[in-house]
Amino acid sequence: MTSIERDRLTGSLDTIPIAAILEAPSPRTVMRRRAATHIGFLFGGTVVLGAILIAIFAPLLTPYDPYAQDLTQRLIPPVWAVKGSWAHLLGTDSLGRDYLTRLMYGARISLIIGFGAATIAGIIGTSLGLIGGYFGGRVDAVVMYFVNVKLSLPGILVALSLISVFGGAVWVVVTVLGFLFWDRFVVVTRSVTQQVRTADYVAAAEAVGASHWRIIVGEILPNVMNHIIVIASLEMAVAILVEAALSFLGLGIRPPTPSWGLMISEGRNFMFFQPYLVAIPGIAIFVLVIAINMLGDGIRDITAPEGRN
Amino acid sequence: MTRFLIHRALIAVLVAITVSVIGFSLLRLSGDLATELAGDTAKPEQIAQVAHLYGLDRPLYAQYFDWAGKALHGDLGRSLFSNEPVSLLIGQRIGVTVQVSFMALIFGLVISIPLGVLAATRPNSWVDRMALSFAVFGQAVPGFWLGLILIIVFGVMLRWLPISGSDHFSNFILPMVTLGMSVMPAFMRLTRTGMLDALDSDYIRMARAKGLSTSSILFKHALRNAILPVVSLTAVSLGFLLGGSVIVESVFALNGIGFLAYQSILRTDFPVVQSIVVFVSVAYIALTLISDLVNAYLDPRIRLG
Amino acid sequence: MTRTPYFSGNEKPILEVEGLTVDIDVPAGKLHAVSDVDLHVGRGETLCIVGESGCGKTMTALGVMGLTPRRATIGARRLVLEGQDLLAMSKAERSALRGDRMAMIFQDPMTSLNPVYTVGNQMEEIYRHHGKGGHREARERAEYLLEKVGITAAKGRLGQYPHQLSGGLRQRVMIAMTLMCEPALIIADEPTTALDVTIQAQILRLLADLQKEYRMALVLITHDLGVVARMADRVIVMYAGQVVETGTAEEVFTAPMHPYTQGLLDCIPIPGKTLRGAKLGSIPGIVPSLIGDLTGCQFGNRCSYAFAACAAAPVALRKHGKGRGCRCLLDTAPASASVHAKPVGAAP
Repeated sequence: MTSIERDRLTGSLDTIPIAAILEAPSPRTVMRRRAATHIGFLFGGTVVLGAILIAIFAPLLTPYDPYAQDLTQRLIPPVWAVKGSWAHLLGTDSLGRDYLTRLMYGARISLIIGFGAATIAGIIGTSLGLIGGYFGGRVDAVVMYFVNVKLSLPGILVALSLISVFGGAVWVVVTVLGFLFWDRFVVVTRSVTQQVRTADYVAAAEAVGASHWRIIVGEILPNVMNHIIVIASLEMAVAILVEAALSFLGLGIRPPTPSWGLMISEGRNFMFFQPYLVAIPGIAIFVLVIAINMLGDGIRDITAPEGRN
Repeated sequence: MTRFLIHRALIAVLVAITVSVIGFSLLRLSGDLATELAGDTAKPEQIAQVAHLYGLDRPLYAQYFDWAGKALHGDLGRSLFSNEPVSLLIGQRIGVTVQVSFMALIFGLVISIPLGVLAATRPNSWVDRMALSFAVFGQAVPGFWLGLILIIVFGVMLRWLPISGSDHFSNFILPMVTLGMSVMPAFMRLTRTGMLDALDSDYIRMARAKGLSTSSILFKHALRNAILPVVSLTAVSLGFLLGGSVIVESVFALNGIGFLAYQSILRTDFPVVQSIVVFVSVAYIALTLISDLVNAYLDPRIRLG
Repeated sequence: MTRTPYFSGNEKPILEVEGLTVDIDVPAGKLHAVSDVDLHVGRGETLCIVGESGCGKTMTALGVMGLTPRRATIGARRLVLEGQDLLAMSKAERSALRGDRMAMIFQDPMTSLNPVYTVGNQMEEIYRHHGKGGHREARERAEYLLEKVGITAAKGRLGQYPHQLSGGLRQRVMIAMTLMCEPALIIADEPTTALDVTIQAQILRLLADLQKEYRMALVLITHDLGVVARMADRVIVMYAGQVVETGTAEEVFTAPMHPYTQGLLDCIPIPGKTLRGAKLGSIPGIVPSLIGDLTGCQFGNRCSYAFAACAAAPVALRKHGKGRGCRCLLDTAPASASVHAKPVGAAP
């Protein structure tokens, strides 16, 4: 006996036909409404957008050259300190370079590294995840084996070694970090793909003879996209933190390029007397990373199918 | 169960072999090591001599098997810098790294688990918001920078704690906090979501229907289920802490294997670097295997399933 | 099956509920999940609460138990268990009664047992927590009750984990667990819905037998009129958070007064009576939103008898003799009901 027959015999109330369907607003409207009230999303978005604009228009926003040294203007404290000067709002570093200017140019490095590394990692990870999740079986086992190997390697140590070998050019750092952070993309893409794989519309596409490639790109990728964006934001934040750490250790971006991690490293020698040299770039990293994380969390909340509070 | 573990162990061995190959090839990617070792001014004969001395003129696979064979017997080669055995260098320093990692792990757990439980029992309250903000903070703050700020505040301004060295317990407090901060957000979030899921479950409703006390419901019934993924994460985090020790050890001038790796990278002392990379990897693999075992022991669905 | 008459002798009811209200805070406002529900159950009596999903029957049960979710506010004029006023009690005092004097069986036995503890552990825990005895007595009683609910090799089962048992076995374990302290009242919320048909019948029989043996008051919540027909002494029909009709099982099945009850009974095909291919009854329309204040009869938008007065003001539940009630303006002319009345077999 099927459950429907059983229900009819026993007079289950759940089989009473319900004529109308509740009127619901369209998903786009819901998302827009959620976005407009999501404080984290708004704050994160504003800060990230601001950082991008500052990075792009840095030359227009500051009269100083980030590389121009002026040994007569060394270690001027920020404007709020007793000996501060309005000429250098955030003071100068040990070589007399304007700190605010370096901070603004440093945003370029952080953002390029973040976007670049997240893009490379996203391409590698998403491809592997799609392939593993879609084909399953042995292919999937190989993909998971790659992930296991990747997870077992001490990322920072490997990155340090590779950068020491290949040098600290920005593209080298971007590539190395991109190759370090693809595992989370694989895990998430793979599990979503596995879920979507069994959905009716994928079976329908298969039934009408669509190729694997068309199913993956046309049916599965769109479903994975929201998750990828969220992970990308997370990994972007991590890449920015790791770049700062590598540069701090002297094995990332090379001087005199203004990287925030490098600025902290350079300020370290003076940190007992001029703590702002360490504090300011650290706060910059912290604010940018928090903003990216909030933006990512915001996107996740906004695009979530069911209202998650 | 046994089959599951054998399967995991086999994969672990396979992964360990792959990792050792990667670790071995890491520094050889740069091209000619012999040229680098012989120095900028070396003549071709000298380079060839150096290459022969270190066996670098042999095929790469032969070098790998030679190295791996010796490594299995505990012979990791000698440092190119000090000529001391690498195993001795690592052995002298591993204690510091393990101590810092464990302290950081325990510090992280002690703070994050109660916080996660508390947050989950009062979702959307100020406690919950505080805990989540704390996690957001921990996730976004650069570890090395936090270390420096702690040194400035507690070492220099307040003069409560020493700022470098590794011979006294107090030397480890700031590194413990710095490193512990990096694992705390994940523990806190995992405990919180685990507890939220558990507290929302039918078996907790059942426990309440049985009239059990709040502490029994929270700790015996909910936490025991919520803690399972945290146990897995603990092992993984320990591996992560060992690998991440390079940063905190450099900041606090702790003489552990992270600092050793850092110095060796700067000196292109490849036997030391590759040994540490492989050592940390294998430690990580072993730890995840142990966490599988512990999880299987704690979760009857795996143990008896 | 012999039916215990309502209020047999001078015995006080085990559970008396008057004016039970459960409101839940939702983003859109206040959701009136349960409004003004009265119910009484006597010793050895089975009361069925029947209604479609979302009608408030589970919330009613949780309200009585004091297990409503955090966002819910609960109110009542009277909430008395075995003569003890639950409303006057502290949280701890009520908690002490749960599992001891009143117990609850949940819908899904697959998820209602804690996966990381053995069956024995979870059964003994309730006994020891309520101070009924030590470890040994608890174990003995657990074993005795497992046998009682028809589980063979009870001793071995005590050491097993929930995932090692089938759904039917788990529901038996749940039933045995609720009996550990010999409660006066058992509330069973759809105890058979998640189970196989054949197992359903066994579990229902078990519940009926145990209830008879221990003379417990049983509140059985179901959406299945077949279950009501075979188990109920008295019935409460709920719709949109309200009681729309109450009466003995016989009264409700043979002479339903409320149009909703009549509609429900029309939906049941009767083997041998309903012609093959004949159209079954259905109730058009959808359940009204429970958010916001009541304006008229909750069933008005789906009722074929509705007229202007139905939408004018909330309709009260009117008494028609002892234990009989109906929330309908037309209940004074039950002539229409006879059209729908039909005999229903006691046990399908």
